[in-house]
Amino acid sequence: MIKNFFPNKILSLSNKFITFLAVLTVFIFFIGVVYALFLSPADYIQGDSVRIMYVHVPSSFIALGCFACLGIASILNLIFKIKFVSLMAKSAAPIGAIFAFISIITGSLWGKPTWGVWWVWDARLTSMLVLLFFYIAYILTWKFFSNFEKANKISSIIAILGSFNLPIIKYSVDWWNTLHQPSSITLTAAPTIHYTMLIPLLIMLIGFIIYSIIIFLMKYKIEVMKFKLNKKKKN
Amino acid sequence: MLSKKVKLRFFFYTALLVLIGSIIFFIFKSLEENVVYFYSPTDIYKKSSALDLKIIRIGGLVKENSVNKEGSSINFIITDLKNEIIVSYQGIIPNLFSEGKGVIAEGKLKDKKYFIANKILAKHDENYMPPEVKEALEKSN
Repeated sequence: MIKNFFPNKILSLSNKFITFLAVLTVFIFFIGVVYALFLSPADYIQGDSVRIMYVHVPSSFIALGCFACLGIASILNLIFKIKFVSLMAKSAAPIGAIFAFISIITGSLWGKPTWGVWWVWDARLTSMLVLLFFYIAYILTWKFFSNFEKANKISSIIAILGSFNLPIIKYSVDWWNTLHQPSSITLTAAPTIHYTMLIPLLIMLIGFIIYSIIIFLMKYKIEVMKFKLNKKKKN
Repeated sequence: MLSKKVKLRFFFYTALLVLIGSIIFFIFKSLEENVVYFYSPTDIYKKSSALDLKIIRIGGLVKENSVNKEGSSINFIITDLKNEIIVSYQGIIPNLFSEGKGVIAEGKLKDKKYFIANKILAKHDENYMPPEVKEALEKSN
């Protein structure tokens, strides 16, 4: 299956498959949004403002997961010198960056009616902003350096350094006193979010993930084509 | 399976990662004071003297039956179930501020027991449930 991501194979990825994923995404989002905005209950404390959670949490999840992928891809690239993973990372980065931005904006919109402020410099929020900066640095590196190898090396280092921020983001609410509340969904304990809210949250998360995959596949195809074209030009 | 070159690179970068990881760990350990967004009443009880003049934040639960409103000013007690501190505040209170729920007050210490706040933030916990479920839980307790 991994062979399908090799530059030679990905170009043959049919547009029909991407169209299928797109239709699937629309379907899942329709169910998710109807469930999130209308069918799910209001929270006993927050009322209807809890519904921002259905966008905020999936965005945060993808922002973190995507950067973890950048980190892993960079390690594979630096140590094992697997070249095409850097093209995959380059394709994935803008997706994670946008979702990090959406996470911060929706979080701010959620914070004002609940906490009473648009922003605080607590560990969780600050580290998320740092993540966004790392994303921007990563993307700009690829844009700024026209030499592929140089851009590759520097962006890989940025991704690995930024990956140290990931456990800080995730555990900031456990390690230190923060305004942001601790995680409701963990691997070790039962979720502290009622199932009538958890189900639409998971539906929205799946929708966001498949959407990200679509964008990634489209971008990755283009990056491979650009790369091959540049190679031809040089020879 | 892995060539010598790859192994060498692997160990080099692993060592680099461990080094960077420990540097960042030590940076955060020494920054602990600033990374913490608020102190608990117990922290205040233990520290106090160094904090008298600075603007700090205290967080905890609003103690039940401790809220007193007089016009635009409000007095209440923040507790972490071990220690408490009296807070007085004038101004707008966030919607989610209520007894038994989390709160963060920003301001200055008058003394070990008394805090004058210029900002109040409501802090909510990680529990999400519909009102009916909450009522059912309270009835069964």
